[in-house]
Amino acid sequence: MKAAAEANPALRPPRAVVGSQISFEEEMFGAAFDGGVVRRFWGFVAPYRRQVWIGVAAVLVFTLTQVAIPLVLRYAIDDAIVAGESGADALRFIVIGFFAVVGLNYATNFVQELVVGRISGSVLFGLRRAMYRHLQHVSLSFMDRTEVGRLMSRLQGDVNALQEFLETSIFAIGDFVLLIGIVTVLLALDLELGLLTLSVLPVLVVVRIVWLPRARRAFLRARETSSIVNGALAENVHGIRTIQEMGREAVNFELFDEKAKDNLHAHLRGSKFSSVMIPIVDTLTGIAMAVVIVVGGGMVLGQELELGVMVAFLFYVQRFFDPIRSLTIQYSIMQRAMAAGQRIFEVLDVPVEVRERPDAVPLPREARAVELDDVTFGYAAGHPVLRNVSLRVEPGETVALVGPTGSGKTSITALIHRFYDVWSGAVRIGGHDVRDVRESDIGAHVAMVLQEPFLFTGSVYDNIRYNKADAARAEVEAAARAVGAHDFIGRLPEGYDTVLDQRGGNLSLGQRQLLSFARALVADAPILVLDEATANVDSYTERQIQRALARLLEGRTAIVIAHRLATIRGADRILVLRDGELVEQGTHDALVARDGLYARLYRLNHASFDDLAAGEGEGGDAHPAPET
Amino acid sequence: MSSSEPAAFPTPDRTLALVPDSVRTPRAAVAFDAGVLLRITRMALAHPWRMALGVGATVLAGVAQLFIPQLIGEAVDHAQGLLAGVGDDAAARTALVHAASLILAASVLRGLFTMMQNYQGEALGQLIGYRMRLDLYAKVQALSFSYHDRVHTGDLMTRGILDVEGTKLWVSTGVQRTILLAILVGGGAWLLMSIDWLLGCLALGFAPFVAVGASLARLRLRVLWVALQEELAVLTRVMEENLGGIRVVRAFVSQRFEMARFDTISGRALRLAHRRIDLFVKSTTTMTFAYFVSMGLVLWAGGEMVMAKELTIGELASFLAFMAILQMPVRQIAWTVNSVARTSTCGGRLFEVLDLEPEIRDRPDARDLEIRNGTVRFENVSFRYRKEGKGPPVLEDVSFEVRPGRVTGIVGPPGSGKSTIAHLLPRYYDVDDGRVTIDGQDVREVTLASLRRCVSVVQQDPFLFTAAIDNNVNYGDPWAERSTVRRATEAAQLNKYVDQLPEGYETLVGERGVSLSGGQRQRLAIARSVLPTSSVIVFDDSTAAVDAATERQIHEALADVTRDRAIIVIAHRLSSVMYADEILFLDEGRIVERGAHDVLVALGGRYAALYALQTRMSEGGEPEAEKEARGEGEAGTDEEEERGG
Repeated sequence: MKAAAEANPALRPPRAVVGSQISFEEEMFGAAFDGGVVRRFWGFVAPYRRQVWIGVAAVLVFTLTQVAIPLVLRYAIDDAIVAGESGADALRFIVIGFFAVVGLNYATNFVQELVVGRISGSVLFGLRRAMYRHLQHVSLSFMDRTEVGRLMSRLQGDVNALQEFLETSIFAIGDFVLLIGIVTVLLALDLELGLLTLSVLPVLVVVRIVWLPRARRAFLRARETSSIVNGALAENVHGIRTIQEMGREAVNFELFDEKAKDNLHAHLRGSKFSSVMIPIVDTLTGIAMAVVIVVGGGMVLGQELELGVMVAFLFYVQRFFDPIRSLTIQYSIMQRAMAAGQRIFEVLDVPVEVRERPDAVPLPREARAVELDDVTFGYAAGHPVLRNVSLRVEPGETVALVGPTGSGKTSITALIHRFYDVWSGAVRIGGHDVRDVRESDIGAHVAMVLQEPFLFTGSVYDNIRYNKADAARAEVEAAARAVGAHDFIGRLPEGYDTVLDQRGGNLSLGQRQLLSFARALVADAPILVLDEATANVDSYTERQIQRALARLLEGRTAIVIAHRLATIRGADRILVLRDGELVEQGTHDALVARDGLYARLYRLNHASFDDLAAGEGEGGDAHPAPET
Repeated sequence: MSSSEPAAFPTPDRTLALVPDSVRTPRAAVAFDAGVLLRITRMALAHPWRMALGVGATVLAGVAQLFIPQLIGEAVDHAQGLLAGVGDDAAARTALVHAASLILAASVLRGLFTMMQNYQGEALGQLIGYRMRLDLYAKVQALSFSYHDRVHTGDLMTRGILDVEGTKLWVSTGVQRTILLAILVGGGAWLLMSIDWLLGCLALGFAPFVAVGASLARLRLRVLWVALQEELAVLTRVMEENLGGIRVVRAFVSQRFEMARFDTISGRALRLAHRRIDLFVKSTTTMTFAYFVSMGLVLWAGGEMVMAKELTIGELASFLAFMAILQMPVRQIAWTVNSVARTSTCGGRLFEVLDLEPEIRDRPDARDLEIRNGTVRFENVSFRYRKEGKGPPVLEDVSFEVRPGRVTGIVGPPGSGKSTIAHLLPRYYDVDDGRVTIDGQDVREVTLASLRRCVSVVQQDPFLFTAAIDNNVNYGDPWAERSTVRRATEAAQLNKYVDQLPEGYETLVGERGVSLSGGQRQRLAIARSVLPTSSVIVFDDSTAAVDAATERQIHEALADVTRDRAIIVIAHRLSSVMYADEILFLDEGRIVERGAHDVLVALGGRYAALYALQTRMSEGGEPEAEKEARGEGEAGTDEEEERGG
């Protein structure tokens, strides 16, 4: 640690870390068998029931041919070859039999691999689709409190674990039958020699049982250290500018080296565990062969055993450790699958709270007024966020919602779009209860602009027409022009065809906001719900945004969660909320004259109204849902 | 990187960058590159003992394995009493025991040597993986901003994870398998041929067929695999975006559209997965079949020969036993071919990064920066990010000086080159023309470490490490005591927030920790940057998300810390710069106005217009900026942020 030592002659260790300090490894192993998980998983396999049975049948026949091959050799030797000249016909006959077995082996091998591979792939994709589809409809409060990363690991890792489980389970049937088959054949061929030879099997089973948990710990540890090292590398890549700026290269390298060394040693330990099984299995095989040769050979000499049986034994001995290995691995796979399955079905069990009624009616185009009628609503039982709120927004009116964090502004906008259902009271659009109308009609009627403009990977063009996939190019460009986004789009490398980075990272915040305005404009919905961004943008962009906003509000019924004084003063009416109740409403002047909460907030005088409103609000932090 | 100035930054080819390198060119998936293999082998030779042990063990394991079929054959013949003479039971039994002991010995030796081979191979692979990981880590640290601007972070991660794994494949298993195979096939062929030429040919007949067939199939599988990975990467991205933007999806009731998008990509991926299965199954089952056909032919021809007394049964048995042994390694030829292809592509990609020379690096004769008082000078500086030279430069002929204890403010429209100044001073990029000096020393002539120790830049959108607040604040000086950390957070007005957290300075922040608001992140960045005793501090629009009153407090608290340092403040909000000793107004890379606030307002130019605009926008009747300058904001206006998270 040269550089570090220079920086600090006292050689005190630095108070520094690299890589994430939060571990998010999930419980990997569950019980080996969980009836509930298996039953529900079967529901996803059931559509392929026929293929599964074909697969299982193929696996069984394939296994039998495997058991049969050394037997055929035995008959070739005993009934034909040893017999000398007289066995010539028998030999040809047996060789034909051998080819028949081998042909069957080929066919069933083909069928089992193909069928099992294909169904497990299909089941994997089906399961993932079901989860993804479910997530499109589950209650938003679930989505609010669940990290995307966690959901992704369900959709990827956990689903894969179940696929592996399905695949190996079917083959495990084969391994099991193979083991039973070999044991049966050995005992049937010669009970005494069979028992002697098989005596090494329990030894292997015991060794595996002792070995497995230890080895698994070592493998897990190796995996864990790998993800730690990769996490630290990711930090180095993502934070490189800060690292270089702060001159942390030398210190970080030392810390990374420690983690990389840990990883190295964990892997070396893991490979010790996997290597040590090799000589054990080989020695046991050697012992079994020696037994067959000494005892079996002696029996052949004493005419108590046919030579072919001894040869068959020698071939079986070399095979019978494989199924034991596969079966013990299967045990770990099952444990992993059960844990993964529980997590998957947990997601699938999250209730869908908002559902379209079967008899939902269309919403007429002229429905433009928005009304909340004595609405009480909350995210967690017993904690209402809105209490008996009644309000009405007339067609074409712009209403500003103002109030401290946690006062319920965002909840009102979410209810208008029926993201959630009210506890009591009703939300109506043009006199129609939102619970009675078609979901897609609400979407067509209410355009939402969220505070954080969210863009999808795709061209600028596709992003603007996101909710109206058939919008013509001219329409998109007109919308971009109207909100003043056309100019900067034109400056992008490929104009409207420029592919935006994930979350629009190659655009500034202000530009992303303008795009989301354009998107709402293309949607051309009669009602607009807008959550004004609080983040500061430079004053040029700010002016552009205000202009675009004015254009967007033209001729629409609008509910705006407003943070800026300019926006608030521009509204027709201001609704002031506190603690889930509507406390004041009126125009700016009327409210100032009234000398209530709004006037107090206003007198504190700030460009961004929200900061002060929050300072003024009481108990604004008891809000379970994020205000985003 | 300032997000408000995208125009000033080179836009990397994002369309390509969306797809990581590894999957962009499936053809490269099956490359062969002797140079890469040689280089990795050389790296392995840095551990000569392990290498020698591994190779030695491989040879011995192969030889031990060759004995087993022969011994089986002998044993079969002994059992028939053929060798000892019919009737001599005792001698035959002794011979059986003898053969059995040899088989046991050969088995044990084979096991032990294979274990050694396996372990040493794995160890070599891990050691090389460790080495390459360190090298890559160090290289990423050394490469300049211009490189990181161009490269997608996902691409570097692919190299760090998948490519390191792929590269070590050749030493961990490839070399050993190649040697083992040569011994088994070579030695086996020689042994079998010496017994009987025709039967030997039949027994080994399947080997070349399987080797070639399986290898070709493997390479095709690899291409499919890479294509499948590409499709899955797209699917992952689509799912991530959908779930992250679920409110937008719901707001536009786009579930059906989103499901259709998912189904299209998912369907494509599933078809690829099925094609892969088909190809895999066809290849492996045919290989097994070929092997069994060979065996059948050996049985038939061998049986005839035994009956004709041209061969003993034991010899026939050893043919069959040998075939049993050979089955696995012949199949592994395909794996080996695959590992060569993978090592070639992965290694190629990895070495490509490791061999890069950072554009910005110490000159051979670089000295440490000597700070006398910390005067910063920009002398006729011109600069552009893209050197191909389309369009006007980002900075053109910019000159100014900042003396210790003085503050220079920089304002200007987005894309005017403000942040670029913050990038040139610590030498994140090199100027094209002119020079940047600190106390008369050109920044290109001093060591980077000493330069960056001397210059602190507070970023607008700081990167937080997923670690304790303490570790984040002392990032630039990990030896700093907690008391120093506390002083820095006080100066940045973050201490109150930290103190009310249950775990205080030990609270984890960053990607997965407590989420901080934009203002809190910026204040943390300020604390982080004022903690080391740098003589020059650049604030790059670093209070944009902090409300004006808090900014005012920060400004006052910092006055102590920054008294004798040279300060550059870059800002959109004029209230952040109006107290500066000199303000530069930048437009299209040029300084168009300069002077103190009052002078510029009186001048009635661009600055005055911006000032008028910003004060009008506050709409409070009185100019916002002036009020802020008087510090009229109430304390604790930041409450909302304080409670955030």
